[in-house]
Amino acid sequence: MVMTNVAAASALRVHNLRKSFEVPDAPGTTRLVLDAISFSIAAGELVSLVGPSGCGKSTLLRLIAGLDVPDAGELMVGEQRIVGPSAERGLVFQDPNLFPWLTVRRNIEAGLVARGVLHEKRHEVDDFMRLVGLEAFASAYPHHLSGGMSQRVALARALINHPKVLLLDEPLGALDAFTRMRMQDEVLRLWENRRTTMLLVTHDIDEAIYMSDRILIMTPAPGRIDREIDIDLARPRDRTSDSFLRFRSEILEHLHFAGKTAA
Amino acid sequence: MLLFWEILGVSIVLATAQRFWITLRQWMRHMWPIFTAAILLIGVWDVITLGFHLLPLPYFPGPAAVLRSLISDRALLLDSTWHSLALLLSGYTLGVIVGLVSGVCIGWSTSVRYWGMPLLKVVGPIPATAWIPLAMVVSPSGIVSAAGLIALAVWFPVTMLTASGISNTRASYLDVARTLGAGRTYLIFRVAIPAAVPNIFIGLFMGLGASFLTLVVAESVGVKSGLGWYVSWAQGWAEYGKVYAALVIMAVFFSTVMTLLFKLRDRVLVWQKGTIKW
Repeated sequence: MVMTNVAAASALRVHNLRKSFEVPDAPGTTRLVLDAISFSIAAGELVSLVGPSGCGKSTLLRLIAGLDVPDAGELMVGEQRIVGPSAERGLVFQDPNLFPWLTVRRNIEAGLVARGVLHEKRHEVDDFMRLVGLEAFASAYPHHLSGGMSQRVALARALINHPKVLLLDEPLGALDAFTRMRMQDEVLRLWENRRTTMLLVTHDIDEAIYMSDRILIMTPAPGRIDREIDIDLARPRDRTSDSFLRFRSEILEHLHFAGKTAA
Repeated sequence: MLLFWEILGVSIVLATAQRFWITLRQWMRHMWPIFTAAILLIGVWDVITLGFHLLPLPYFPGPAAVLRSLISDRALLLDSTWHSLALLLSGYTLGVIVGLVSGVCIGWSTSVRYWGMPLLKVVGPIPATAWIPLAMVVSPSGIVSAAGLIALAVWFPVTMLTASGISNTRASYLDVARTLGAGRTYLIFRVAIPAAVPNIFIGLFMGLGASFLTLVVAESVGVKSGLGWYVSWAQGWAEYGKVYAALVIMAVFFSTVMTLLFKLRDRVLVWQKGTIKW
């Protein structure tokens, strides 16, 4: 009975997940990409997944989104097993992947159209365009938008479905440093406004510390979750404070990047 | 002489009108080298045919003779153009509809692709005009078989390009749509097909070119009407002025149809940056 209580409190639960891929050059052989992945995220929590490239972060996110099928293990959203993609798990990629043939407004509406609820929920479209500050660009096509604006449309498009979990796969990775910091605040504002549970994949340690309640550190070959760090700093966080930097060096140390000098 | 007066008349009208109509003036400022070249070319043609008799008659009449044929035979030319237009539109529309349906099926479903692709690859490249002997046997009327041949000529490029556009839809668009709650209908009609539209238009253009060719050939061998029929009929009477008159009409007719398709493309693909110019 205790177990079910824990499961009910967590928005997302991953248990003993394993995933391997066939090696393209050598048919018949497989490579283990993810092994024994277990963690859970509480409702309303913002958790980051940090690790070097190739550690399987994106694969893990695709499994949670239901776009790929794991070899073994359990994936639960609330009380329900994940069996395929669904509007309750929104996904935002590094490339905004806006539909170029639709205007900003129609892109944001896409989820409502796909679920066949546009008629009842049309009024929400304006709310979400205002939420990401794009009312003036309603009838613009994506190729007229900057990187940051495109990503804001992508966020609104995912949020309009009121997902139980929002999966973010390096959503700010393609932006320049200044736009990126502004967008981090933007995502935090959306999170505080809507209290959507978020799982953020990033390779930017500062971003993870600045934004998340908790950081999961992944190491590669095969991808495992090595360590969890609670970031118990009050928001808004100061990127130059001592405690911030302490978290930074702790994570770098764990990933064996700290104190190394060129040999 | 008639030609000379016509050119002079049009020039005077345009020169007067441009003083009051700014768009016309800008257009003329842009176009005058082309017009000058065209008038010079007609002049050269006039000189080598009528002036010096350098080219044998009756095969190479002068520009005035062609213009005279255009005017004197206008009723039959108009009727022929009308028949060609009706035949072209019915064949093209049929080919496009069937091509879009088969292209989407082949592009989307792997099993349709398995069976459909070999058929497409073997049958498609045969020029539609090569089927004329068979079409004459099978079909009850020349018009129906010609429309069928035009449809066949259009079907192949439209199917091919639609299928490749659909199957090359960026996987991430489909992934995003799935996580937004999209089912199969949405994925096909709201993601894959819009994503394939630039490709589909290439197929539509290729099909249009093929349909012009098939139209003219079909009309000159089987159908008893249309511009293709008119050309071979006039040639039979050795009235080469009329042959060239029909060619002039074809040039205007086909390039107008082509321009309309480009206009449609520009309208549908407003979302695309950097489109091909016509």
